[in-house]
Amino acid sequence: MTTVQAGQQVSDEVMVELRGVNKWYGDFHVLKNINLKVYKGERIIICGPSGCGKSTLIRCMNRLEEHQEGDIVVSGITLDDDLKHIDKVRRDIGMVFQQFNLFPHLTVMENCCLAPVWVQKKPRKEAEATALKFLNRVQIADQADKFPGQLSGGQQQRVAIARSLCMNPSIMLFDEPTSALDPEMIKEVLDVMVDLAHEGMTMLCVTHEMGFAKTVANRVLFMDAGEIIEENDPDEFFDNPQSDRTKLFLSQIL
Amino acid sequence: MTVLLTTPSPSLPPPSNSVGIVGWLRKNLFSSLLNSILTCVGLYIVYRIVPPALNWALFQADWVGTSKEACTSDGACWVFVGVRIKQFLFGFYPSSEYWRVVTSFSLVGVLVAWLLIESTPKKGIVAAFTIFCYPIIAYFLFYGGAFGLPVVETYKWGGLMLTLILATIGMFCALPIGIVLALGRRSSMPIAKSFSVIFIEFWRGVPLITVLFMSSVMLPIFMPEDLQIDKLLRALIGIIFFQSAYMAEVVRGGLQAIPKGQYEAAEALGLSYWKSMVFVILPQALKLVIPGIVNTFIALFKDTTLVLIIGLFDLLAVVQAAFADPKWLGFSVEGYVFVASVYWVSCFSMSRYSQHLEKKLHTGHAR
Repeated sequence: MTTVQAGQQVSDEVMVELRGVNKWYGDFHVLKNINLKVYKGERIIICGPSGCGKSTLIRCMNRLEEHQEGDIVVSGITLDDDLKHIDKVRRDIGMVFQQFNLFPHLTVMENCCLAPVWVQKKPRKEAEATALKFLNRVQIADQADKFPGQLSGGQQQRVAIARSLCMNPSIMLFDEPTSALDPEMIKEVLDVMVDLAHEGMTMLCVTHEMGFAKTVANRVLFMDAGEIIEENDPDEFFDNPQSDRTKLFLSQIL
Repeated sequence: MTVLLTTPSPSLPPPSNSVGIVGWLRKNLFSSLLNSILTCVGLYIVYRIVPPALNWALFQADWVGTSKEACTSDGACWVFVGVRIKQFLFGFYPSSEYWRVVTSFSLVGVLVAWLLIESTPKKGIVAAFTIFCYPIIAYFLFYGGAFGLPVVETYKWGGLMLTLILATIGMFCALPIGIVLALGRRSSMPIAKSFSVIFIEFWRGVPLITVLFMSSVMLPIFMPEDLQIDKLLRALIGIIFFQSAYMAEVVRGGLQAIPKGQYEAAEALGLSYWKSMVFVILPQALKLVIPGIVNTFIALFKDTTLVLIIGLFDLLAVVQAAFADPKWLGFSVEGYVFVASVYWVSCFSMSRYSQHLEKKLHTGHAR
């Protein structure tokens, strides 16, 4: 296993650290002794076969799932049962879901302003200005007054990204952001994510979009059966996979 | 062979016998021999029932007069209702104080209309006034005892006024209590959860008549002598608890229909439990269960008639009491038709408003 090569944008400030993390669903051991350090500005792609625990891994980082053993430290805050810690971590981590999970009863603009207004206590005017800025960035500002149900899947996912960005997170988690999209809409979402990566956002992305992984990632994690099997920079990972399980996986998806 | 269309084909109008009134008749009433026969039979039945009913209720009815002697024709004798209308509306409320009831109901009518009509400004202030100030105003108007208003004891309250008081207070209290119980039942906190489950299952498991009877007869036996709770209040609390248990289950149905992703998205954005419930989950859940909520409201509105068994004279009880008047024997049909129409108009309005609300709140395909 090769060590992480810090790229130009990557500093040595640790944003997320997992030490000996274990998690069970009932008797099922879904995460096995995970150790991981994510540095500021890193773009990490997590891939692996279905059910390997990759989604669970990133969902533990903002406590959507609870881990039973080990430590997870996000921006210097240890995730434990203390609701204040969880709250602080969630304000600092944005998350984008496979199913977008926009709030269907609110307009695009209201979706983006809800958390800034009620969690960060920003004045509504200011929140709307911020929202417009990010909606512009994902090129969907002209749809601000529509409801999510009136938008296409790709548009919805771009709104979901903007909604997360409105909270000014320092880390973004993407849980298979393009898996629920029609093929012609995948690119518009990936383009937004590439832009985000170029701006130096710390990103953890569960995806099977290997083209995207090659373009933006500076590290690829391969998981199977709850373990990180292989960890490498993208060129090495795709051209020269080490383990048999990685080789098998890559042969199936490429 | 290759087919290549260079210009799009023009859209043609549909065949004339498939549109308009003729098309509708052909499609819906006379599409086959059997359907044509059924249509004719149906029309005959309508012909035999509707004109006589209208004749009785409207065209051959007696409308004006002051006594039984005014009713000379074959139709309904609405004079009976007309003469007693004040009692039907206000029960035994002193007639010099009717203005208080009228003022109170007019005020709430204006406030509710203000909130329901879309284009009115300052809804927030009006809503706060309706929720926090209006009940106090209404209490002093109905009951009196302050600002020089003489006290009118609750046993004098009756008729439509009592029905409306029971129904509106019942609805406005049962909905929030029901929401809290539904959230409690889905909560992971063991105490909140078991309290909600026990509360809901207890109140849902007993008939409303039992609840009213217990509140009116049994409760005073167990209470200390000097602590007397008003009979109306006891009945009201019984109705509220009973209906909030039903409401809780309706709301829970809505909460369960909201996808887990909505909860997760709200959590991931850092919204606290109560904020995510108020801004994300409940607006969607309540919208989904509008039909169920209105169903419960309508049931509650009609169930208020059961208070007659504990000696409260709501609209139905007052009308029934009027049947016993020796001067007006034999007009029970008119009385019941009157009561039924009042209930029907009220319930149908609620139903229509709820349908309007559903349409208004529909924001495209819910995920």
